[in-house]
Amino acid sequence: MSHSPKAAISAIEAQFKVLQKVEFRGETSLTVEASKIAEICTFCRDTLGFDFLSDLSGVDHLGEDPRFEVVYELYHMAKSEWLRLKVRVSEDHLELPSVTGVWATADWHEREAFDMYGLRFEGHPDLRRILMWDGYPFHPLRKDFPLAGKPSAMPDVAFSEAAPLEGGPFVTVPSTATVKDREPRARG
Amino acid sequence: MAELAPIAYDSKIEGNVVFTQLDAAMNWMRKNSLWPMPMGLACCAIELMASASARFDIARFGSEVMRFSPRQSDVMIVAGTVTYKMALAVKRIWDQMPEPKWCIAMGACASSGGMYRSYSVLQGIDHLIPVDVYISGCPPRPEALIEGLLRLQRKIEKEPALYNQKKALFEELVG
Repeated sequence: MSHSPKAAISAIEAQFKVLQKVEFRGETSLTVEASKIAEICTFCRDTLGFDFLSDLSGVDHLGEDPRFEVVYELYHMAKSEWLRLKVRVSEDHLELPSVTGVWATADWHEREAFDMYGLRFEGHPDLRRILMWDGYPFHPLRKDFPLAGKPSAMPDVAFSEAAPLEGGPFVTVPSTATVKDREPRARG
Repeated sequence: MAELAPIAYDSKIEGNVVFTQLDAAMNWMRKNSLWPMPMGLACCAIELMASASARFDIARFGSEVMRFSPRQSDVMIVAGTVTYKMALAVKRIWDQMPEPKWCIAMGACASSGGMYRSYSVLQGIDHLIPVDVYISGCPPRPEALIEGLLRLQRKIEKEPALYNQKKALFEELVG
């Protein structure tokens, strides 16, 4: 059972500027300044003992400003404590500090966030695309990227085309209704 | 006067001679030793491996020799999701296979993109490679793959192998 590390949270609050603090079902998320994230993560690892970066992910809040968000899931092995850090990144300024220097595992996570959202992690040793090929012109997990994809071509490397959606996108409706009503189908 | 010895008949080779068309003989030899190029890209490859293993034993139909070199293969079994990142690599391997060659699209993904109607997945390997047999299923069971293989064998049986070779030769001479 995970529980919020109260001491760690107050230590961060005392040391750094916390923009937002959200508690939900016993889990705490701290939104901090993007420019300070590497510093805060170093503090979390060295002083607070969060020795494992469980996950790093990007989120696109299309229509909001700042548009992007990066979420860091920290884990304290000895105490079995979780801590979630979030930073917001605006579309005009996609740079934020890399945490590869704090946890080496952030390397591929940041490459994926770069690939899918176009976030630029400064100080990353090798910020290349990880899933799509080098030279692919889009960032496909952005909300304004069509589900079907877009055509692109790099001779001898790869190409892509828009997939036929045949009236889609096909989505499932979450509900307790019968399978017939829930099943994936084109919905306007 | 000595009796004339019967010519053109030798009881020793009777029963060892079969008359057939050259086309039929070639096709018979080809269809019974289809060496697959296992293009395993996703979970279909697991079923492909099961087909080759003891329980299903695709060796019964002459296709046990999985060649991991395209230059020694006859039939490419595209087993799995072909992403755009992989697509041209599959095409390149196909181009390296010597003629005559055939292609089996195994499973929904290789046939049509399957459930991946998305930015990253080629919507069927037939966009790049001529496919002889499509196998439905997600993934298809080994029985389905064996049925697909048998259908390919039936298709090869009917191919005018020699005619095609002659045609190719003439085209080469003329063109």
